[in-house]
Amino acid sequence: MNYSWNWSILIQPPYLGWLASGLELTLVISISAWILALIAGTLVGVVGTLPHRIPRMLAATYVGMFRNIPLLLQLFLWFFVVPELLPSGWGFWLKRDLPFPELWTSMLALGLFTSARVAVQVGSGITAVSSGQRMAAVASGMSPAQAYRLVLLPQAFRIVLPPLTSDFLTVFKNSALALTIGVFELTAQTRQIESFTFQGFEAFTAATIVYLVIALLVTFFMRTLERRVALPDTMGAAS
Amino acid sequence: MTKAHIQASRTPAEIVEMPASVRVVPISQGRKPMVEISKLYKSYGPIEVLKGCDLVVERGEVVVICGPSGSGKSTLIKCVNGLERFDRGALVVDGVRVGERASDMTSLRARIGMVSQHFELYPHLTVLQNICLAQVHVLKRSKVEAQAKARALLARVGLPDKEGAYPAQLSGGQQQRVAIARALAMDPVAMLFDEPTSALDPEMIGEVLAVMLELARDGMTMIVVTHEMGFARKAADRVVFMDKGAIVETAPTQQFFDEPRAERAKLFLSRILSQ
Ligand SMILES: Nc1ncnc2c1ncn2[C@@H]1O[C@H](COP(=O)(O)OP(=O)(O)OP(=O)(O)O)[C@@H](O)[C@H]1O
Ligand SMILES: [Mg+2]
Repeated sequence: MNYSWNWSILIQPPYLGWLASGLELTLVISISAWILALIAGTLVGVVGTLPHRIPRMLAATYVGMFRNIPLLLQLFLWFFVVPELLPSGWGFWLKRDLPFPELWTSMLALGLFTSARVAVQVGSGITAVSSGQRMAAVASGMSPAQAYRLVLLPQAFRIVLPPLTSDFLTVFKNSALALTIGVFELTAQTRQIESFTFQGFEAFTAATIVYLVIALLVTFFMRTLERRVALPDTMGAAS
Repeated sequence: MTKAHIQASRTPAEIVEMPASVRVVPISQGRKPMVEISKLYKSYGPIEVLKGCDLVVERGEVVVICGPSGSGKSTLIKCVNGLERFDRGALVVDGVRVGERASDMTSLRARIGMVSQHFELYPHLTVLQNICLAQVHVLKRSKVEAQAKARALLARVGLPDKEGAYPAQLSGGQQQRVAIARALAMDPVAMLFDEPTSALDPEMIGEVLAVMLELARDGMTMIVVTHEMGFARKAADRVVFMDKGAIVETAPTQQFFDEPRAERAKLFLSRILSQ
């Protein structure tokens, strides 16, 4: 192989700046998508465990839709199709006036896609909490909302924290798809460096390491969180 | 504090030994009953689990419900605070018509304490937080007030040093006493117990029954599903025997034990007392 290595390219202007701004966008998209996913996913997960059939069906439909349509297709739908379907005023605003439409779209699409996974986790966490807990809460005069907020969700989140870690990690990996609608996140910047300098190996190695470091940090953060909220072990003879 | 201090100085053992005549508050006469169950029917699908139950519980009265497994005891007391719906009949609890849309079930439930077989303490909260949660969020008491109440009740159920423990760190008997304290913290007008000692190791049953007995003698209105006939003898004003979804016999405690009329009650009693 006749490849001339030049690692210093990575710290040369403007390429270091490109990598940095790519990382910034990757973090911004992933973290906002994750926050959206946590909020929407928790709501849908709760709705999926309500005693009535109709809300449960709505939640199942939501999850089925956002989980089963490929993320790439969802990105395209939100970016190219939805603005055309909206009333023309809104569509124009989205296409013409909204700054960074590709950024907002990727946050929304990635957030909703991920929220379906969060909803499934949260729903299974709530189901794993014994029905007696809900009964005890309601019997003490709590409203259903209070029972969820004070009794069911704090337990459900503890149960599903480990699987949520893997969904959180996936968000960062999936955020690379935003490049398909023109977001210059980390992977896109790496490709750009490659095409400007032909030093693709260096650029992609750098990106790989950055993704790995993000994954390690996220895992560390979630493990710390798990430890912080862990309950003391059983010591007594609870029968 | 009110009741909390009246008998705080007595040990559980002393309370168990007290004769029934020491009851502090007499059964109220002339006021509306606490619970009026009339012709209550309920089915789970094709299976009828309550077949026209009638029961009136006066204020201050202690009623023990017993009967074979599957006879509908749990279903009946869950109907009382609206945790289970019923199909037909009428049910008035502390003046509230249970099962009607307009009724304020939330505030009724806050006034009716419930203790179940499996304690159902909130495992993610400490003992103190368990006892304060509904006080703060349902009754809107201040945290300080709720904690003072919680500490007084913990002393009353004999667990003054456990406020910082998590439920998993307590024995079953301790957990059940905390569950009773949690219910009492709401200043209930009545307490429902569903087999409060049946999940406990034998050596822990006594400590829980002692707390319940003290409560009965303080004049609390209680409906207790239990097979602890010793408790029924000491604490109950009346015993109700259920079988196959029907109330087969209701009798004053003495009469129930001395001369049960229903054949099935006789059979049940002879079995349970010979154990
Ligand atoms: N959620 C439910 N769905 C269907 N059937 C039920 C349900 N809950 C109770 N049952 C049935 O209703 C009947 C009465 O149950 P219930 O729990 O009230 O009996 P119980 O007297 O409390 O019995 P145990 O002594 O075993 O606690 C039983 O036959 C039971 O199988
Ligand atoms: Mg039962």
